[in-house]
Amino acid sequence: MRTMEPTEEILLVAYRTMRTIRSFEEKLVELVTRGKLGGFLHTYIGEEAVAAGVCANLSDDDHVASTHRGHGHCIAKGVDVRGMMAELFGAGSGICKGRGGSMHIADLGRGMLGANGIVGAGIPLATGAALTAKLKKTGGVGVAFFGDGASNQGAFHESLNMAANWKLPAVYVCENNGWGEFTPTEFVVPVADIAERARSYAMHSLIADGMDFFDVYAKSGAAIARARRGEGPTLLECKTYRFAGHYVGDTLVYRNKLEADHWINHRDPLQIFTSRVVGDRLLAVEDLQRIDREVADRIEEAVSAAEAAPLPDPGDLLEDVYVQR
Amino acid sequence: MTAPTKSARTIPTAFAIAEALRIAMASDPDVILMGEDVAGGGSRPEGTDEMGGILSVTRGLVREFPDRVLDTPISEMGILGTAVGAALTGLRPVVELMFMDFIGTCLDPLLNQASKFRYMFGGKARVPLTVRTVTGAGLQAAAQHSQSLYWITAGIPGLKTVIPSNAADAKGLLLAAIRSDDPVIFCEPKGILFLSTDVPEEDYEVPIGTAKVVRAGSDVSLVGMGATVGMALAAADELERDGISAEVLDLRSLAPLDEDAILATLAKTGRLVVVDEATPRCGIASDIAALCVDKGFDFLNGPVKRVTAAMCPVPFSRVLEEAYMPSAARVVEAARGLL
Repeated sequence: MRTMEPTEEILLVAYRTMRTIRSFEEKLVELVTRGKLGGFLHTYIGEEAVAAGVCANLSDDDHVASTHRGHGHCIAKGVDVRGMMAELFGAGSGICKGRGGSMHIADLGRGMLGANGIVGAGIPLATGAALTAKLKKTGGVGVAFFGDGASNQGAFHESLNMAANWKLPAVYVCENNGWGEFTPTEFVVPVADIAERARSYAMHSLIADGMDFFDVYAKSGAAIARARRGEGPTLLECKTYRFAGHYVGDTLVYRNKLEADHWINHRDPLQIFTSRVVGDRLLAVEDLQRIDREVADRIEEAVSAAEAAPLPDPGDLLEDVYVQR
Repeated sequence: MTAPTKSARTIPTAFAIAEALRIAMASDPDVILMGEDVAGGGSRPEGTDEMGGILSVTRGLVREFPDRVLDTPISEMGILGTAVGAALTGLRPVVELMFMDFIGTCLDPLLNQASKFRYMFGGKARVPLTVRTVTGAGLQAAAQHSQSLYWITAGIPGLKTVIPSNAADAKGLLLAAIRSDDPVIFCEPKGILFLSTDVPEEDYEVPIGTAKVVRAGSDVSLVGMGATVGMALAAADELERDGISAEVLDLRSLAPLDEDAILATLAKTGRLVVVDEATPRCGIASDIAALCVDKGFDFLNGPVKRVTAAMCPVPFSRVLEEAYMPSAARVVEAARGLL
């Protein structure tokens, strides 16, 4: 496979995306600790290179379906963090008017079909987006992000079978982080690699190092290009790791600390990226530091705006259940 | 829009449904059909004839619209989920879910996806999806191919559920469903699929959410839906011989429910029997009884009677199936008990 070298512009965007995801979610954890946020939150910290690497190959005309761990996909797909933060505060100015919350952030204008609280449910949705792209000849692709756990759902197998059969422009990105909620993947999956499951559907598959932006960018780029050429779907497995627990507040009693420490200390996607771009002189340290400051300011501003935003009017409770009442 | 009648012909409901599909596909290139056997081999080069679905409702459509009639694998979750994704991104899919009993394999795309997106995404999403599905008992299809499960979809906010009682309404309701920007479950009761009525040739819609008085009367209201409208009309004929004047209301839509029409007929007669092909618990009949007590209490001159299927699985043997189902005779008995 020909390696696609990302341009300087792409690298700058990728770093900003990964730093924004990291800082956004570190802020969420802090806000939960201070009792400012309600609901269930699942952080993406540790998996940033997957969303950033895949979405660097996509435009607003391409559709992405996400998961309960969806903040990273939303940010990488270009959803405004101010709207996201306001949504998490339950504000009327939230991206979903305070009706969705963390597990339902969507921005159709950006091609983001929503985070999703049902494991595996986004996979057929992205398949449907790929069907639309094919029948309407939009040139777009449908991308499903999902975890190793979702690859045990019927929705995964039924979707992959249909997409392969119809040669849809779809890419199935499995984020294998080693854990399905609180259960190790190997307890519930008999195959060594989730990517092996593509063979059942005569589907192309690839495995990427999900902690390495460059590898994810190149392999997802190849899969997306293949889909756009009309050559059919790909199952791309990204080996990654969930640095925190299943949800914010998870006590992690079930996980070996040495295992987590190894990933956090030696396989951090932001550190791997920084070492590479600075070592190879692709980006200047000053550029990265400037982005860090800008991201921190943007998130503080988003929090301030969200805290000040008015809450929804309970009188609007029944609005938007239907398009036509 | 009401149905013009100048060019009506007498055709079965199944043909009226096919006619609506043909009109919808011809007038909008975003309308696609998906389902098991909906093309059914018709696009194969050998020149074999196609099935066009289990009841041949869609036979022939694949020849007219070869790229838009998609045979799927037997994967209801994949079909429904894919259709919801397609609807969310610009197509207007019509899915055939062969029998409503199969909803158990694919409820999530309806329960947690299609029905929620408009609301959950802050009013920005549209899911113009139609699910056509066969309901009801009477063909000895037994416990897993005979249920009337519309009470499930009617109870989910964000979904609309309609059920015609005759061929003309089937055509108009289906066209309205396909053109609706909301997800609609279109029930096709077995009891009416092969019954014929006058059906106009034109393109027309029956507005979703509107019930219709199909027989005027003054002593008792008989409220039906789908195949039970025919039972109510037969019961009204029988009651007339006893000098009892029954009004028959065809609900046509189960969600949204035309509460005004139900309360209007109750106000007129003061007595109400609701006839439902589904099981009695947590269903449409109970819902209407509750509505009458809640908002129509002052009109009531007696109890609201529910004539429904029995609270058991649908049995196979003909005699048991007949005992299970509601009937005109049971409607007559219930109505007489009110007078």
